[in-house]
Amino acid sequence: MTVTNPEIESMAKQAKEELDRHTVEIVQWHFGEDTGCQFWLDRKAELDFDPLSEVQCYEDLRKFPLFEDEWLRGGPVERWRPKAYADRPTYVFETGGTTGIPKSRVVVDDFRIDYEMFSDTLPDQYFPRNSNWLMLGPSGPRRLRLAVEHLCQFRGGICFCIDLDPRWVVKLIKKGWMDHLEAYKNHCIDQAITILTAGHDIKCLFATPKLLDSLCLALEDRGTSLQETGVTGIFSGGTEFTPQWTRYAVEELLGGPPEEGGIYMTPTYGNTLMGLACSKPITAADGYKISYYAPQPRAVTEVVSFDDPNSVVGYGETGRVKLTTLTKEFFVPGFLERDEGEREPPFETYPWDGVSGVRPYHKLQSSTTVGVY
Amino acid sequence: MINIPVIRWGKPYESLEIQDVRHFFTGDAVAKVSQANGGLVTRDLRKAGKAREVLRQFTCSDLMERIARAADLYENETLPLGDGQQSPDEFAGQQSATTGLPEHMCRANMEKNSFVLRNMPKILDALTRGLDPEILTRGYGIESRGVVVSYQAQTPILGAVLPSNSPGVHTLWLPVVALQMGLVLKPGSQEPWTAYRVASAFAEAGIPPEVISLYPGGHDVGGAILAASPRSMIFGSQKTIDQYAGNPRVQVHGPGFSKILLGDDVVDRWEEFLDVMVESVYINGGRSCINASGIWAPRHTREIAAAIAERIGPVEVLPPNDPQAGLAAFTVEGMGTAVKNMIDEDLKEAGVTDMTAPYGERLVEKELCSYLRPVVAHCESPECAVAQKEYMFPFVSVVECPQDQMIRKIGYTLVGSAITDDESWIDQLGQATNIDRLNIGAIPTNRLNWLQPHEGNLIDFLFRSRAYQTTREMAAIA
Repeated sequence: MTVTNPEIESMAKQAKEELDRHTVEIVQWHFGEDTGCQFWLDRKAELDFDPLSEVQCYEDLRKFPLFEDEWLRGGPVERWRPKAYADRPTYVFETGGTTGIPKSRVVVDDFRIDYEMFSDTLPDQYFPRNSNWLMLGPSGPRRLRLAVEHLCQFRGGICFCIDLDPRWVVKLIKKGWMDHLEAYKNHCIDQAITILTAGHDIKCLFATPKLLDSLCLALEDRGTSLQETGVTGIFSGGTEFTPQWTRYAVEELLGGPPEEGGIYMTPTYGNTLMGLACSKPITAADGYKISYYAPQPRAVTEVVSFDDPNSVVGYGETGRVKLTTLTKEFFVPGFLERDEGEREPPFETYPWDGVSGVRPYHKLQSSTTVGVY
Repeated sequence: MINIPVIRWGKPYESLEIQDVRHFFTGDAVAKVSQANGGLVTRDLRKAGKAREVLRQFTCSDLMERIARAADLYENETLPLGDGQQSPDEFAGQQSATTGLPEHMCRANMEKNSFVLRNMPKILDALTRGLDPEILTRGYGIESRGVVVSYQAQTPILGAVLPSNSPGVHTLWLPVVALQMGLVLKPGSQEPWTAYRVASAFAEAGIPPEVISLYPGGHDVGGAILAASPRSMIFGSQKTIDQYAGNPRVQVHGPGFSKILLGDDVVDRWEEFLDVMVESVYINGGRSCINASGIWAPRHTREIAAAIAERIGPVEVLPPNDPQAGLAAFTVEGMGTAVKNMIDEDLKEAGVTDMTAPYGERLVEKELCSYLRPVVAHCESPECAVAQKEYMFPFVSVVECPQDQMIRKIGYTLVGSAITDDESWIDQLGQATNIDRLNIGAIPTNRLNWLQPHEGNLIDFLFRSRAYQTTREMAAIA
């Protein structure tokens, strides 16, 4: 499979030029003595090339060793804050941390920018402007709660939030305390239903796939449905999303495709390191295939060979997902995700590579607890 | 290549997630199996009550007649399977190909299942201790001794998370439909065959297909079945047993730690019982929970261990279609090596001797699977760690232990065959709550009398005996 449409080819070429220009700008920023963060300024001396003069395009990032997320564990967290932003209010978001020291990422505005860009992809018909949201997902030190709340506010609404601690969920699973797990899930769902049925005119919802499933079943138990609560748009993500689950959700939880059931659901793929990748619209005709596209040039996803992380696989071929983050707040020159998938070609909306069929990397699968909340 | 769908209350459902079930030796796909997801199961189980409603329209006797017909179909006929057909020979071949069990053992398990199906009236009579099945249908009635009794169904269906590695366990859930309850099964990922073939035979024999659901899938499917079924059973490891211990909704089947105990009064004649001991350890590739993993005796243990080792130590790996094949493959990558390493660690302990060492290397590694040849360990005392181990191949610890300490030290024992005529000890064995099935005499642990309840009475699990008083004429309900 290759990109043969000349129009898309031209768009892809423009996007690549923009990516090259952006890459150079970001590398200059992070390795500039007055702007960069201490971590990368210290690393500069260890590199066998000069990033300031020898990174002229995106591919030049392959000169960097792969990013190791272990570098994000422990303090001082300030080493990640770009000097140019030293006086800016700064958040720290964490990932992992059920046991041991979590990985931390400092953020000033990135989550707002990412979610404002994501907002542009949401159809107003199903995610009406000025409508209220419910955030049903992981909170605490995660980015997600603040990000969804900002998305809602950016679109003119007010966001209700349910508290969910995924670290406790992972602990319950590891301990085998399935009754507690069920009770905790019910505790969250009960709160969600209380909010949804309290007259707040909530039309949009963030939920992880598992919580959305539980919410719909619990509403059915109470003789109602998500449609009846007034929800019309669902942004879902946070855990693994499969075509089969999506089909099940559309056909059996949401009453059919949006034009029939009245609810539009968009899957997303993201994490604290990268931001948020959007999905190409999902349809039954396309086998509910989910293809994600990163918010390029701020972030790039590539599907690379299992044996050579610098070699991108052919379109439609399987490989490991490699992330690159290129914002002024955070620089990740190539990080091998714990996922694999198939490389997808550019299309009109996103004229750059995407990834479909995202699932846990087969060699790590047995040691990873996925889809926990 | 057969495509096997999810079955949702009798209706096939093609999933977008398909898993290849592969031949353990060649790696070739034998079938493509649709994978369910947990939410789908939870949703379907809301309609579980319908299964019992449908089955209560039949009498138990009628159902048992249909099930007997299903036994013949299951054992002898070509039946629909997914988008294809499956003959009995193909069934045995496919089951062997994906589980690593030799074909002749698959056929033996097939006979065992069809025996249970064919003899359902006797099986139910044994499980209910002679209760008229109509009492279970109606919920109450009068026993032959003239007393009103009531057995209330606690669930409209039985959920079951089935194993991949031992096709012999299916007899446990086979009586459920005869009790007018539906079945919600998660077949083992490597062994979808039995559940689908039984369901197909049932349908062909006139059991309404809408009373059975089959959900191949991942862990979330098993979790959903256990969470949403009022009664379910799961087959797993000691960890699984510990996880569900004390949960009255879940019946857990795990390692059996079955044993043969030789009494003081007979142990000097141990050679007479060698065949019983060898059969108990070796049959069915040592894969069952009813295979003996321990032989306990007050003396002569080293000679007993040496004699068993002489018989099964030389056993070699044979192709799965060889009628003489006695060993099953470990089809999970690295499993054979991992088990061997655990055993080697235990064999290093003082007081433990590897009696099969003279018969060559135990681990046989093939490209995509591995085998372990039989291991016989001699333990000078019950305190040796290996005395309490069980593995999925012919493995046995022969443990020296005074008779008066034996009951206390054997630990949990699914099947205990005590060879003795010592009345006092027989009485103590009868009182021992750590022994589930008790055999007195030279009975191999694997020879189950199907007219005895196995590992918890299914009737006690599915029904509740309760008080029922009525002013209506006794005759009306008799």
